[in-house]
Amino acid sequence: MKLIVAIIKPFRVDEVKEALQSFGVKGLTVSDVRGFGRQLGHTEVYRGTEYKVDFVPKTQVEVLTDDDDAPRVAEAIIEAARTGKIGDGKVWIMPVDEVYRVRTGERGTDAM
Amino acid sequence: MPDLNAGDTAWVLVSSALVLFMTPGLALFYGGMVRAKNVLAMLMQNFFAMGIVTVLWVLVGYSLAFGDLGDGGFIGNFDFAGLEDLANTTTGSIPTLAFVAFQLTFAIITPALITGAIADRMRWPAWVGFITLWSLLVYLPVAHWVFAGGWLAERGALDFAGGTVVHVNAGAAALALVFILGKRRGWPKEPMPPHSLPLTLLGTGILWFGWFGFNAGSALAANGVAAQAFLNTFVAAAAGMLGWLIVERLKAGHATTLGAASGAVAGLVAITPCAGFVGGLSPIVIGGLAGMICFLAISLKFKFGYDDSLDVVAVHLVGGILGSVLLGLFADASVNELGKDGAFYGGGWGLFGEQALAVGAVMAFSLVVSAVIALVLKVVLPGGIRVSEDDENTGLDVSEHSENGYALERV
Repeated sequence: MKLIVAIIKPFRVDEVKEALQSFGVKGLTVSDVRGFGRQLGHTEVYRGTEYKVDFVPKTQVEVLTDDDDAPRVAEAIIEAARTGKIGDGKVWIMPVDEVYRVRTGERGTDAM
Repeated sequence: MPDLNAGDTAWVLVSSALVLFMTPGLALFYGGMVRAKNVLAMLMQNFFAMGIVTVLWVLVGYSLAFGDLGDGGFIGNFDFAGLEDLANTTTGSIPTLAFVAFQLTFAIITPALITGAIADRMRWPAWVGFITLWSLLVYLPVAHWVFAGGWLAERGALDFAGGTVVHVNAGAAALALVFILGKRRGWPKEPMPPHSLPLTLLGTGILWFGWFGFNAGSALAANGVAAQAFLNTFVAAAAGMLGWLIVERLKAGHATTLGAASGAVAGLVAITPCAGFVGGLSPIVIGGLAGMICFLAISLKFKFGYDDSLDVVAVHLVGGILGSVLLGLFADASVNELGKDGAFYGGGWGLFGEQALAVGAVMAFSLVVSAVIALVLKVVLPGGIRVSEDDENTGLDVSEHSENGYALERV
């Protein structure tokens, strides 16, 4: 089993959600996060004084999949999130030891 | 009641309500500019002015400001303490109690203006002590000098609605306080951007709206001078906004919403002393200059290293000085028979000199007495006047008031 973590542009989150739903993904988690990559931050000006804002807002998407689906789920996210401009984000895949469904106690891929 | 005029009375009563509304407007103007963890502390310092100053005003405030009216002196007396014997008397063509209420709203907003300078670091008990003592020891005497026929008014200085009494007075107090209180931790290296400019813009709209009462109400009558003051207020705010935005765009690269708000307020500040004494295109010049010069005055705090957090000095002190002094040039006696001619209208430089003297006297008095009050509180109050490092990091909403302005997170 794998956990796919994607950091994407906030305005692409609907496209990513739809792509994952049409792939058959049954659930995902999104959170508002801040950070920087090659895009770096931006400047804001208040009463003539410039402030450097290092951390830009991004959305983090987390999806659990079985081992076989993982590369294709990652590709679906990448395709839906891409604008071609700097700051599109990152996607990575991590191994997962075990998954439980809280309501029933089911384990493994049955719990996804 | 002799010579009571119903129209005048109605206008002054309405104006009193308009000016009172400026204080919550100011609270939002400032509240939007601080960080989210300090928003309630800022709102509270402003709201509290409506509580403490009102009670002080009834007990002794009105009497100390407006007792011995026209004596050319330094302070009033206790004849009207508790508003004794004022029922069913008149001041000009309105009930004295309407005048009491109108002037009270000025006494409330003046110390509230100071809160912008001391944002994010003054202990609540210190503010309670400061606003109480400052109202009694600084506002009341200065109001007497200028509004009640005290020594500055007798010398011939003009101040239609409070350029010196309100803006120079509060701005000088702010300057004294920021030196004694010290900088916010991290200033100026750490960014401390406004947490909600929409609140600031809403507050600006309320201030602009209420300022019609502030300036046009100061005619104390529903007449041509009130209409002139009303229009001048309108125009100076607009010109102030444009002036600020032009310089901001040229110097800093962007026309900002905070700039539009600040410029309008700068124009309103500068027209305050002039409102019922100038006409024609003068409010465009006065407001426009205020927008430009107040923007440039922001750089003073970086140059001299004092943390005037929300620019009370640059907007109210500099704007108040500018308006009061420009009145010496632009005053036009044909606008108001109680006014005079300034240097540009054939009146010579006499008025200009009196205006400069009034500004200097109010500024010096407010600087010195405000500093003494702050230093005494610093020694006398068990916790001093400044919050601890932990409390400053946590934010004053929780440390001073045990509340949270935005309880949005559910975890």
